[in-house]
Amino acid sequence: MSWNWDNVDAFMPLFWDGVIVTLKALFFGTLIAFALGLVWAIAKRSDQKWISWPVSAVTEFIRNTPLLVQLFFLFYVVPEWGPSMSPLTTGIVGLGLHYSTYTAEVYRAGIDGVPIGQWEAATALSLSKRRTWTAVILPQAIRRVIPALGNYVVAMLKDSPMIATIGALDILGEAQSYSQETFTTEALTVVGVAFIVIAYPASLLLRALERRLVR
Amino acid sequence: MMSSEFFWEWFLPGIWITIQVTLYSAALAGVVAFAIGTLRTSRLWIVRFLSGAYFEIFRGTSALVLMFWMAFALPIMLRIQFVPMAAGVLALGLTYGAYGSEIVRGALAAVPPAQREAGIALNFSRSQRLWKIELPQAWPEMVPPFNNLLIELLKGTALVSTITVADMTFAGGLLRLAKGDSAPIYTLLLVLYFILAFLLTRGMRVVERHAKRRVGQVPEKTGFFSGLREKSATDALTGSTGGVK
Repeated sequence: MSWNWDNVDAFMPLFWDGVIVTLKALFFGTLIAFALGLVWAIAKRSDQKWISWPVSAVTEFIRNTPLLVQLFFLFYVVPEWGPSMSPLTTGIVGLGLHYSTYTAEVYRAGIDGVPIGQWEAATALSLSKRRTWTAVILPQAIRRVIPALGNYVVAMLKDSPMIATIGALDILGEAQSYSQETFTTEALTVVGVAFIVIAYPASLLLRALERRLVR
Repeated sequence: MMSSEFFWEWFLPGIWITIQVTLYSAALAGVVAFAIGTLRTSRLWIVRFLSGAYFEIFRGTSALVLMFWMAFALPIMLRIQFVPMAAGVLALGLTYGAYGSEIVRGALAAVPPAQREAGIALNFSRSQRLWKIELPQAWPEMVPPFNNLLIELLKGTALVSTITVADMTFAGGLLRLAKGDSAPIYTLLLVLYFILAFLLTRGMRVVERHAKRRVGQVPEKTGFFSGLREKSATDALTGSTGGVK
């Protein structure tokens, strides 16, 4: 067993650079996943077949194929047709898109959980379709699904190292380049431990939130 | 478009490697899931604590980071040699086994307490109760979430390409470097993963039907897409789609 704390000290500044990139990916990825997921969920409920069917097909396809390959697709294929994006931007779009298909299911469950009487009451008050959604259904649905959405943020955190494979310098990317330059292993271990240190309190927090919000 | 020579030399073996990695890590994950899942219902607090710690640690870390660590850091630290595929299978099996343990634990907890009491009344030992009463009844409850977990695992196997295991994602990367034409390669890759996921689900549905028939539950009918994943409202709400995400 060889372990050298000097390597840990030397890696630390790079580690914090990586943390910032990881947090950026997580934050913007979450924004996309939460917003797009709601769009998918509402589109899937549409009674227009030409909207709901393609959306279901596309989201099922995204959900059942690997995020890693999707990232490669976005990074290598999409620039052939249109805009080329930086590794971090590609990572954000990839994470957001992939997880939007998961959050869509969460929203769907939340919307299904709103009692049918609420829809009927909205009809009885002759609220418009738009008002029914924004003032009656969504406020009730979203409150209940917040903990489940939180679970996906933690899952996204654990998948975020994949963006290192397309060259983004997140914490895994920094650890990888440091390890390769110095032929040491400590940096990778530090990153592994960092994930546990962040993910465990996060899951405790979510459990507490769940107890408060879902009753 | 890709040349046929490359296809036969890299891509087809790559598909086979992906299937192998999936099977091996699913087997390991299954063993871990049942071991940790049943240990977490133990009467001894120390066993509960240790198995719970296993769950939290392996659920908390990122599978990719764990895989890198096992492939590059662990061999140096312990001065041993690993085949890359072994590191990949270990990382995937241990991680998804942790998620699976939550499925097993949950299903065991859902067996009605009266069943356990009946076992006690019949003078069954603790292990007899577990093997003959609790697990057979919990099993049908585990199959649908295990199906979801298996698909997550299949998707997770793409990660082994990053530690130089020549699975189909790796073959795709080689093809891209050789041909420079990435659109058909990555499109084909995504479609292949989808097909594999779909076939896995169909296979699991046979298992599910068999399991439910044995305990006299009738499996409900599902549509073309809905069959791919079990989507009960409570699962999605508790975020426990297969215990994964």
